[in-house]
Amino acid sequence: MTAVTVDTPAGSNADRIDVRRMLRYGGLAGLTLVFVAANGMLETFNNRLLIRPILSLGYLLVLAIPFVMGYIVGRRVEVEGIETEPRTAADVVMAIVSGLVAGLIAALFAALVDAFPGLRGTFPRLSPLMVQLLTFDFGVGAGFVVLPGIAAVVGAVGVSVHWLSEGLRKALGVGALTTVIAAIFESVVKDVFDWFSALPRFLYAPAGSLKVVSAIVVFVVAAAASLFLRGRKVPGLGGLTSRDAGERRRSSLIAAAAILVVTIVLPMLLGGVLNELLTNVGLFMLMGLGLNIVVGYAGLLDLGYVAFFAVGAYTMALLTSPLSSLPFQLNWWQAFPIVLIMAALAGLFIGTPVIRMRGDYLAIVTLGFGEIIRYLFLSDWLSPYFGGAQGVRRIPGIPFAGDEIGGSDITTFVYFTLFFVAIAAYVSWRLQDSRIGRAWAAIREDEDIAEAVGVDTVQAKLLAFVTGAVLASFAGALFAAKVGTVFAHSFEIIVSIIILVVVIVGGMGNIAGVAVGALVLIGVLGGPNQPGLLQEFGEYKLLVYGALLVFMMLQKPEGLLPSARRARELHQEEYLQDAWLDKEGRFVGSEQEA
Amino acid sequence: MATTAETSARIRKSFRPSWVDIFLWAIRIGAILVIALGLIGSIRNFAAGRGLTATQWRDLLTAALSQGAMYGLLALGYSMVYGVLGFINFAHGEVFMSGAMVGFIAANWLFEAGVWDANPILSLVVVLLVAMVTSTLVAILVERVAYRKLRNAPRLIPLITSIGVSFFIQYTFASLFGVAVRTYPQAPEMFRGSLNIGGFRMPWASVLVIIVAILSMIGLWYFVTRTKAGQAMRAVAEDKEIAALMGIDVDRTIVTVFAVGGAMAGVAALMWALLFRGVNFFTGFLPGIKAFTSAVLGGIGNLVGAMGGGVLLGLFEGVGPLLILGGLGVPGVSQLKDVVAFTALVLVLVFRPSGLFGERLGSEDRV
Repeated sequence: MTAVTVDTPAGSNADRIDVRRMLRYGGLAGLTLVFVAANGMLETFNNRLLIRPILSLGYLLVLAIPFVMGYIVGRRVEVEGIETEPRTAADVVMAIVSGLVAGLIAALFAALVDAFPGLRGTFPRLSPLMVQLLTFDFGVGAGFVVLPGIAAVVGAVGVSVHWLSEGLRKALGVGALTTVIAAIFESVVKDVFDWFSALPRFLYAPAGSLKVVSAIVVFVVAAAASLFLRGRKVPGLGGLTSRDAGERRRSSLIAAAAILVVTIVLPMLLGGVLNELLTNVGLFMLMGLGLNIVVGYAGLLDLGYVAFFAVGAYTMALLTSPLSSLPFQLNWWQAFPIVLIMAALAGLFIGTPVIRMRGDYLAIVTLGFGEIIRYLFLSDWLSPYFGGAQGVRRIPGIPFAGDEIGGSDITTFVYFTLFFVAIAAYVSWRLQDSRIGRAWAAIREDEDIAEAVGVDTVQAKLLAFVTGAVLASFAGALFAAKVGTVFAHSFEIIVSIIILVVVIVGGMGNIAGVAVGALVLIGVLGGPNQPGLLQEFGEYKLLVYGALLVFMMLQKPEGLLPSARRARELHQEEYLQDAWLDKEGRFVGSEQEA
Repeated sequence: MATTAETSARIRKSFRPSWVDIFLWAIRIGAILVIALGLIGSIRNFAAGRGLTATQWRDLLTAALSQGAMYGLLALGYSMVYGVLGFINFAHGEVFMSGAMVGFIAANWLFEAGVWDANPILSLVVVLLVAMVTSTLVAILVERVAYRKLRNAPRLIPLITSIGVSFFIQYTFASLFGVAVRTYPQAPEMFRGSLNIGGFRMPWASVLVIIVAILSMIGLWYFVTRTKAGQAMRAVAEDKEIAALMGIDVDRTIVTVFAVGGAMAGVAALMWALLFRGVNFFTGFLPGIKAFTSAVLGGIGNLVGAMGGGVLLGLFEGVGPLLILGGLGVPGVSQLKDVVAFTALVLVLVFRPSGLFGERLGSEDRV
C-alpha cells in the first residue's frame, strides 16, 4: 500500500521492466484473491446478480482485483517540476506478468483446497462450490490456464486506462459506476418509478438484476452525459464550488431546496422495506451529525458515543413504557424534553472528567464510559430499573394526529426521523461559523494557542460534548419509539465505531459529507444490526468498515466530501513540502522507500 | 500538550478551584468512599462467616495473579509502541488474538496426532512458538501496511487507523475461521493438578503462566538493556531524528519494537489458552483494553511498570468485584467484572495518566 516508488526520471531506465514491482503487485493481488475466496466473500456475493446472467457481485469483486492491480502497476508518482517518463509497452508487459502471477497464486490455492478437503474443519468457508467459482467453472486443472489468463487480460485492461485522456477516463468511470449503482439500487428504482413501470421493466429482468442490453444502455448514456457535461456548469448547482460567496450561497440554497423536495416526495414513493432502510439511514445521519460536532468541529475523538444514544433510548423507554419501573407514564412529546436534559447531563458527566486529557487518552476513556453504561444497563444489579438483558418492552410510538406512530407505520415514522435530521443539520450549520464554532476550530488546531488568545477551552469542549450528546439522544428517542423494545445489545461499541466510520468516510467537519457517508454506508452496506441494500454484505460489513477506516486514514483522511478547512489541516505537511519544493525546485520524497 | 495543560491547570487551581476541579474531587472522594465501604462490608461478612472462605479467596488471588501476568505481557506491547511512536496501538489485542487462534490450530492438530498427551512439554513449546510467530508476523505486517506511512501524522490519525486495523483483523478471523468459540484441548495430563508449596496450593496452569511471564520478562530486560538492538530501541524512543543521525536505522528499529511486542503477545496467547482455553475472533478486545489500562497504570513507556501494572490490574479485577461490590451487597457481581475493569481504566486515565511508576516517553511525546 505504501509502495509509492519514485521512478527515476533518467531516460535510460525507461524501458526497464521492474521485476520486484511485478512480483510484489502480482503477489498482493493473488493473495487478495485468495483472501476473498477463503473468507467466503466470493461465494456469498455470487448470490447477488448485478447483470443477468453474466455478472454477479462476487465476480465483479474477483475481476476488480486484477484491474486495480494493473492500474496501480502502471501508476507513476507525479511530482511537480519533474517530467514523468513516457509510457511504453513495458508497462503493459508488467501488468500482464503481474496478472499471471496473481492468477497462478489463486489457481494454486484452488488446487490446494481441492486436494485437502480436511481443511474445511478449520476453515469452514473452503467449500467445493468456492473452488468451482474461483476457477470460473473450468475445474482445478484448467484453472492453472484460465485464471492467469483472465487476470493477465484484466490487468492489461487496468494498465491501459492510463493511456486514455482525462475526460474519457472519467466518462468510462462514471459509466461503470452508474451501471453498478443502477444494479444495486434496483429496489429503489422499482419503488420510485412505480407510476412509470416502463422504465424498471426496460432496465431489469423479470427475475431481478439488470439486463445485458439495459446495462449497456445505462453505461453509454452515463458516459455520454459525463463527456457532454465536462467543463460545463450544471445550471443552478454549478456554483457550489465557486469562489464567489454570493454564487456559492445561491447554489447552496438551490441544492437545499432540491434536497428538501426529494426528502418530502421520496418516502411517499418508497415501500415499507425501503422506508425502514431510510429511517435507519436517518438515525445514523443524526448520530453522525452529533459525532461530527465532537470529532469534526472540536477535534475530540469520542469512541463511546453510543452511550448518549443509549441514554436517549433508555430514558425515552422508561418514561413512556407502561412496563417501566417509573410510577408515571408520559407520552413521547412530553418525555422528549426530559430525554434531552438527561442526555445533556450525561454529556456533562462524561465530558467533565476527560476535559483536560490528552486526545488519545480521551478516546479510550470515552470508550470505557460507553462500555460501562452498556454493562450497567445489562446488569442484574440494575435490572429492576433497566430490565437487565430483557430490556424495556412495549414502548409506545409517537402520538401524532390521534394515532401512535411507531415502527409499524414506517412510512409516517420516516418523516419524523427526517424532520429531526433537518433540525440537526440546521443546528450544525448555524454552529459551524458561530462564535463557539470558531472556538472549536481553534481548539482543534492548537489548544494551547486557543487558550492563550482567550478561548474558554473547558466551556467550549463541554459544550461540544453536550451538543453531540443531545443530537445522539434525538436518535435514541426515535429509535425507542421505532423498535418498541430497548435492550443493551443495541448499544455495543461497534455502533460507536460505525458512526465514526460514517463521519470519517463522509468527511470530518462537513454536514453534506456526513449525510453522504450515512447514505452510502448505512444505506448500501447496512448498519450494525440493520441490513442495507446489499444484504449479502451482512457478515462482511465490519470487515469492510475496518478496511475502509484504514484506507481513508492512509489515502484520504479528509473524507470523500472534505470540509475545506479540515483538509488543509490534515495536509499541512504536504503544503509545507510543496512550498519548499517551489523554492528549491527539486523533490525530496518523504515517502521514498529505503 | 499535556504538560502545558497540566501547568496551566495548576496555575488556575492556585487562584480558585474551577467547578471541573470540584467535580473531579467529588469523583475521587466518591470512589474512595465506595472502596472503603465495600472493604468494611467484606471484612464484616468474612468475620461473620458469610461470603467466601479463606480458601476461596486464596484461589481467587492466584487466578487473579496469573491473569495479571498475562495482562502485563500484553501491556508491554502497548507500552513499547507508545514509548517509541507515541500512539495507542489499538490493534495489539488483535495481534494477541491471532496468536491464540492460530495456536489453537496447532494445538488441535497435535491433539489429534496424539502428541499432546504423549509429549506435553514439546506440545506446549510448539504451540508457544506457533503463537509467537503468528503474533509477531501480524504485528510486523500491520506496522508495514498501516502505520509506517503515518509516522508524522497528527496523533489521532494513527489511533483511528489502528481501530480500523483492529476491526479488520477481528472480522478477517471471523470470516476465515467462523465466529464459534474454539476450545483448546484440555491441558496435558501432567499440568492438570495443583502444585503444593508448603500447604499453599496453586493450579499448575497458574504456576506455568507465572513462570513463563517471569522468564519472558527476564528475556525482554536482557534484550532491551544489553543488546545493540535494544539500545537502538531506547535511542529511537528518546528521539527519532537524533537516533537517525547517530546511524541507527529507525525503520528497522521500529519493526523490532513491533516484533518484540508481538512476540510477547504470542506468549500471552499461550497463557490465555492455559487459563481459559476458549478462543474466538473477539477474544482480543477486552484483554487488549485491560492491558492498555495496565500499561498506563504502570506508566506508559515504562516496561517494568507495564508488568507491575498488569499484575495490579489483574488483582484488582479478580478480587475487586467480590471484595468491594460484594461488600456493598450488590447482586450479580461476576457480571460486573468488566465494569470494574473499565472503571479502573477511567479512574487511572483521569487521575493518574502518568502512571504509578512514572512515564518514560521520548522528548517529542512529552510535550
